[in-house]
Amino acid sequence: MNTMSYREAIREAMMEEMARDEQVVVMGEDVGCYGGCFKVTPGLIERFGDRQVIETPVSEEGLVGVAVGAAMMGMRPIVEIMYGDFSTLAADPMINHAAKMRFMTAGQISIPLVYRTPMGSGTGAAAQHTQSLEHLFTNIPGLKVVYPATPADAKGLLKSAVRDDDPVVFLEHKLYGTEGIVPKGEYTIPLGKADIKRQGNDVSIITYGKTVFTALEAAAILEDDEVDVEVVDLRSLRPLDTHAIRASVRKTGRVVVVHEAPGFGGFSGEIIAQIVEDGKTFGALKAPVGRVCGREMPTPFNKNLEQQLPPSPHAIVDAVLGLFPSAV
Amino acid sequence: MAIAFDREQGLSILSLMVRSRVFEEKIEALFSSHEMHGTTHLAIGQEAVHAGVSPALDPADWILTTHRCHGHTLAKGASVEAMLAEFFGLSNGLAKGLGGSMHLVDLEHHNAGSSAVVGSGVALATGMALQLKRMDSPNLVVAFFGDGASNRGVIHESMNMASIWNLPVLFLCEHNLYGMSSCADEMVSVKSLAERGSAYNIVGESVDGNDVEVVFDAVRKAAGHIRCKKRPYLLEVRTYRFSGHSKNDKRVYRSREEEHLWSLRDPLKIFSQRMIERGHLTSEDYVKLQQDERTGIDRIAEKLIGRKNELSIDEAASYVYVGGDVR
Repeated sequence: MNTMSYREAIREAMMEEMARDEQVVVMGEDVGCYGGCFKVTPGLIERFGDRQVIETPVSEEGLVGVAVGAAMMGMRPIVEIMYGDFSTLAADPMINHAAKMRFMTAGQISIPLVYRTPMGSGTGAAAQHTQSLEHLFTNIPGLKVVYPATPADAKGLLKSAVRDDDPVVFLEHKLYGTEGIVPKGEYTIPLGKADIKRQGNDVSIITYGKTVFTALEAAAILEDDEVDVEVVDLRSLRPLDTHAIRASVRKTGRVVVVHEAPGFGGFSGEIIAQIVEDGKTFGALKAPVGRVCGREMPTPFNKNLEQQLPPSPHAIVDAVLGLFPSAV
Repeated sequence: MAIAFDREQGLSILSLMVRSRVFEEKIEALFSSHEMHGTTHLAIGQEAVHAGVSPALDPADWILTTHRCHGHTLAKGASVEAMLAEFFGLSNGLAKGLGGSMHLVDLEHHNAGSSAVVGSGVALATGMALQLKRMDSPNLVVAFFGDGASNRGVIHESMNMASIWNLPVLFLCEHNLYGMSSCADEMVSVKSLAERGSAYNIVGESVDGNDVEVVFDAVRKAAGHIRCKKRPYLLEVRTYRFSGHSKNDKRVYRSREEEHLWSLRDPLKIFSQRMIERGHLTSEDYVKLQQDERTGIDRIAEKLIGRKNELSIDEAASYVYVGGDVR
């Protein structure tokens, strides 16, 4: 076992895959000697050269389109888009092209592309550099979407994403310095498998990405209230591990769904649908489903205001306690 | 003066142009009689472009085309039957009926298919060229787009990248004067799109797109430049779409007089007359060529009309992901 940061884990996954297969190519803005906007790619160009590390102009739509075209011809690009917000610019190549190429050609062309981008608030970067836009991609058949929280998950999922023959949207939170234990040596984590980050019997918190840590903080606080919380980290949003969601909720009978994106029209709605559509899981519910999401507003710049935008541990605690009316 | 095809090559190119014309006329008739559904974008009047481009390439060169892709697909070598089957939505179509008239694909003949989001395919073609260069391939990619699409930002981004990375891509602007209803004179900031090459340090040229020998010659020259100088190239071919933009277009945005003037420059007329003047063909031979091509396409269409070999919705779903249906 090694201790490494989220950033280092992502870098190590890329390096291992680039060394394994010369068709794995990192592309993006400032990914060369600068090392990428969030310093995920330092050392790559020095080791692999410009055949496997391609620095691009500021042309998000064009560069993702170029990556799709290169993937059609056998490259396995890992595209870095420096902020998830710029996914609006890359929506055409990802949604109209990468996602549909295999289908429109009846399987003759596939697009083995990984689209890496960070999302979420906490950096003081205001409204155009902090959004959580995962739902732009989760409603698109043809795309896969993953959002790991821990260094170990990030490494294993990224290696699987690179080896996957379909386009994978690989979302990162911005706690790049978060350290965690990462297994030594070669390993992968399959796409579409959730992970129970904390076992519990009284209530399930279902979440993904950065709010996995918020949920774990809330769970620690709830120990004082003698509420035994299970934290389900989805890790993959599409394919979604509905089995893990339903199994946890059937066990606990209570559930709070958490994400940083605004709740209205967000991915939490899909998670809740997966719970209530299943008769056995619905029947196991002892309380209405709870939801704690980001505020319905663009991210404010002011630090105090920005901190109030995403789900806080206390908001989750309140939502959980609200499921036990007699205890309050 | 452009090159003059010898008799054999001239006849082959003329046959291709005629086949494309009668193919499009057949498609138009099948849509009018509701035997085909959806929409379609005909290239009647633009035959000198597709018949001039693909035959001037190495067969291993790639093309990536647009929503108006029938002629390009035919000229690159696709089977008429597989094309027509795709239009009918049948499982023996080029894309098993999942793509339709705007998404013909034929990898066997190095036709990577098309994007029907006008202009977006240019980035894909540029990416294909990037990978060809990485793999030290001697081949190039032709990125087709129209004067309408020429204003898309992604084309400018792509030309810039192709230039800074010295990619083997031929940006081929098929200037047919109209982006749907909008006349290029009112929508494009330059007289000739070839001028835009200079903004990206790419050689740009504009040629008569209704003269197949001129187009062939220009593509040969462009391909030579791309292979020898290791630089991209921008070629504008000026032509005219005789048909409407798509099947329900009544062409209210232009005059019948204008259409008449362009009909005098019909690429089939120009080239067939030249072949007759050169003694490669008689008028009677040309009439027979048209009849033979029409009969050939009619026969294939007859065979397909009423066929029911379609994918099931579950078979279609199996093509969403490599591993099949995933949720």
